[in-house]
Amino acid sequence: MSTMAVPDVAVAPVDEGFWTRGRKVGLTLLALGLLAAVLFGALATDQQARFTLSEDAAGTALEINGTIGAILFGIIAIAAGAALLAGVPKRWFLPVLAVGLVGFVLSFLCWQVSAAPSGQNFMPLVNIIRGTFILALPLIFGALAGVLCERSGVVNVAIEGQLLMGAFSGALFGSLSGNVWVGLVAAAIGGAFISLLLAVFAIRYLVDQVVMGIVLNLLAVGVTGFLYERLMQTDAEKYNSAPRFSNWEIPLLKDIPVLGPALFRGNIFLYLGLLLVLVIHIGLFRTRWGLRTRSVGEHPTAADTLGVKVLRVRYRNVLLAGVVAGIGGASYTLALYSFTKNMIGGKGFIALAALIFGRWNPTGALLAALFFGFADQLATYLGAINSSIPSQFLAMLPYLATILAVAGLVGRVRAPAADGKPYIKG
Amino acid sequence: MSDPTPQSGSPDKEPASEAQAAQNALGNTERAESATEPTRPASKPEPEAEPKPSLGRLFLDNLWAANTFTVTLLSLVLAIVVGAVLMIVSDPDVLHTYTYITARPADAFNASWTLVSEAYANLFKGSVFDPEAFSGWLNGSNGWQAVLAPISETLTYTAPLVFTGLAVALAFRGGLFNIGAQGQATIGVILAALAGFLLPLPPGLHLLVAVLAGALGGALWGFIPGILKARAGAHEVINTIMLNYVATYFLTWLIVQNGVQDPTRTDAISKAVDNSAQLPRLLGDNLRVHAGILLAVLATWAVAWLLNRSTLGFELRAVGANPDAARTAGISVTRTYILIMVFSGILAGLGGSNMVLGSTASALTPLVVAQIGFDGILVALLGRVKPWGVLLAALLFGALQAGGNRMQSYSGISLELVTVLQALIVIFIAAPALVKAIFQLRAARAARLQTSLAKGW
Repeated sequence: MSTMAVPDVAVAPVDEGFWTRGRKVGLTLLALGLLAAVLFGALATDQQARFTLSEDAAGTALEINGTIGAILFGIIAIAAGAALLAGVPKRWFLPVLAVGLVGFVLSFLCWQVSAAPSGQNFMPLVNIIRGTFILALPLIFGALAGVLCERSGVVNVAIEGQLLMGAFSGALFGSLSGNVWVGLVAAAIGGAFISLLLAVFAIRYLVDQVVMGIVLNLLAVGVTGFLYERLMQTDAEKYNSAPRFSNWEIPLLKDIPVLGPALFRGNIFLYLGLLLVLVIHIGLFRTRWGLRTRSVGEHPTAADTLGVKVLRVRYRNVLLAGVVAGIGGASYTLALYSFTKNMIGGKGFIALAALIFGRWNPTGALLAALFFGFADQLATYLGAINSSIPSQFLAMLPYLATILAVAGLVGRVRAPAADGKPYIKG
Repeated sequence: MSDPTPQSGSPDKEPASEAQAAQNALGNTERAESATEPTRPASKPEPEAEPKPSLGRLFLDNLWAANTFTVTLLSLVLAIVVGAVLMIVSDPDVLHTYTYITARPADAFNASWTLVSEAYANLFKGSVFDPEAFSGWLNGSNGWQAVLAPISETLTYTAPLVFTGLAVALAFRGGLFNIGAQGQATIGVILAALAGFLLPLPPGLHLLVAVLAGALGGALWGFIPGILKARAGAHEVINTIMLNYVATYFLTWLIVQNGVQDPTRTDAISKAVDNSAQLPRLLGDNLRVHAGILLAVLATWAVAWLLNRSTLGFELRAVGANPDAARTAGISVTRTYILIMVFSGILAGLGGSNMVLGSTASALTPLVVAQIGFDGILVALLGRVKPWGVLLAALLFGALQAGGNRMQSYSGISLELVTVLQALIVIFIAAPALVKAIFQLRAARAARLQTSLAKGW
């Protein structure tokens, strides 16, 4: 995320004095831990906070007294913050930070669960994990589409449009043919259609890629909304009743406690999304295609000199991104809901946030998407137990986290060097 | 902050950097000369006054050349054609006539023509002029208000778009892409409405305070990405996108709070803005056009003056053209970035306050700002990031919006078609090379068609 004004100079190592980034993060974590131990500890009640390993209140559960839990986990966060403040070896930085943040979240949960109306002092972990993954799915697909596109040097703000077009054409052609697989292929083509427009205008006509992305989002909203009102609303039976993928249970894995029922009894999109993360990660960092993609995204001139067809790589990657995002859109219409106007509703932009938060890395994007999905699921859960925390503020979390990340508070994020710059040969 | 010294950049460099900024800002066909006459509307067809060939001759020459006006007009035509195709393919009855087109082609053409021409006629009647209302006025069956109603509707929709369009355009000229006009307008609308129903102030003053509160809200929401850009180098595109959503969630939370929510309602709607804080209607109570459009024209003039006549405007354009050179010339780039975003936010906030102090709504709802921020981006691009161009572009978009309403109720063509048309127009505008290729236009003199402002994250 270098400024365009000061390109690379600012990245050079500078003597930061005592207050290194690690120490600042440590101090912040320490403050958060204090807040958790004192405030959450005071607000929590003496009820047992139960984290059940099932879908409801029954069954085995991890239990802890609300007040004790809130204070205990707060102290863990304080300890982690103090460790960072004192200075830890670099390779210990992330694990310690993670422990501290988890402590903070658990302290928060102890407070919320124990303060819930009596009889509701439990958190069904299976539901929470499953919901997290379901809500994260479009984000995972969208962020992967962003990775494919931006690693090759084309900014993809059109993720929202690609998801929406995928969802729409999946629903439309799935309904017309009555076959889920036809719907899936159509969804991929729908996403690729938006990608094709992005590619042609950004690569061939050198239109600003952010501008094009924004306009394509509006175009997708307009076209799908228009056709929805004209076709699907007048004859939903014919145009908007796509068949749905049923859940597939994976033998053996489905019997793992908690994770089994939460993850391995899902639909094809869940498995496909996780598989794609793996495939794209390996592809990007271990194969010739990945090396070429990254080189085109970082330094197209050098890649061109070595005989890589820069524009061809970009076209291919942008189209692939559309296919991935289109399938992500279908994860709505071919598994969960029927199509409605503007049904993606900003998920594409959270996917963009996940991409940036995950530092343009498939695995990072997956973790960021899961974090955002968890925030989303938590908002639903807290709403169900009548929490005093307004769900809107939890919904803001992904966006605020991204702003902090981009501002360099959570760590320096850097886009591929040639991201957004059109390549003109010669 | 060091005092900026515009003298240090030699004055005769200005037209060049100006042209560069314009070129950079859009893949457009501006000529360097036209950029030095900034107050002229961007889409006037006349060539600039060169004495030698006659004006008429030049006009004809330029008519089919790939200049701004021709490209804009042809983009409009292309968008309308694509829109017509969409209407036809989404109408099962008309589509049915195409199944036997080889036997009776006239059926298909007639059905298509009836559908499309009726829809576009309603678009026109709803936004510009309705002949039936005019004849009704002549023979006395309806008042003069009905004749002016389409124009009134158009201007009502135009006013906020002018503000958000100017907000985006101003930032563009300074080299920043403000996608956050939506969020800035949202915070603007919140503060304007709060001032509108919480403060007991006398008429006049109340309106002034409410409008200023809206501007303040926008300024605040523009300041955040501005300072993050200036201090931390955080890209404004990412931050403004994120802040849009933060603002939206804040609005949905705020509406249902005690003291804000309308006590007589259970759904998400706030109290109504007092009458004393509402922009006065210009043509009586039956027509919706309000003083916001006058403010919009005033703002256009102010932005044009700011950009082209003031020191800040010079610095802004210099930073937009080349921040490194501007820094070398002694301009504080960080300060300029912050000011650009604040001014941009002020404009967007004013656009937001139009939505609740004008006649479109008088209370906060989750959708009170509609799409004006995103539409503002399109308006700015269509207006070639020039203030008076933005005004004309907003007028076109306002007309599409107003006409779209009538098209929806009379022809049953969904309002979404207007979004499609708007997006298509801008896509074609942004890629003049495509329009040029489709219509086989001659290249205009000194026109560089393939430029862009792409500079990545």
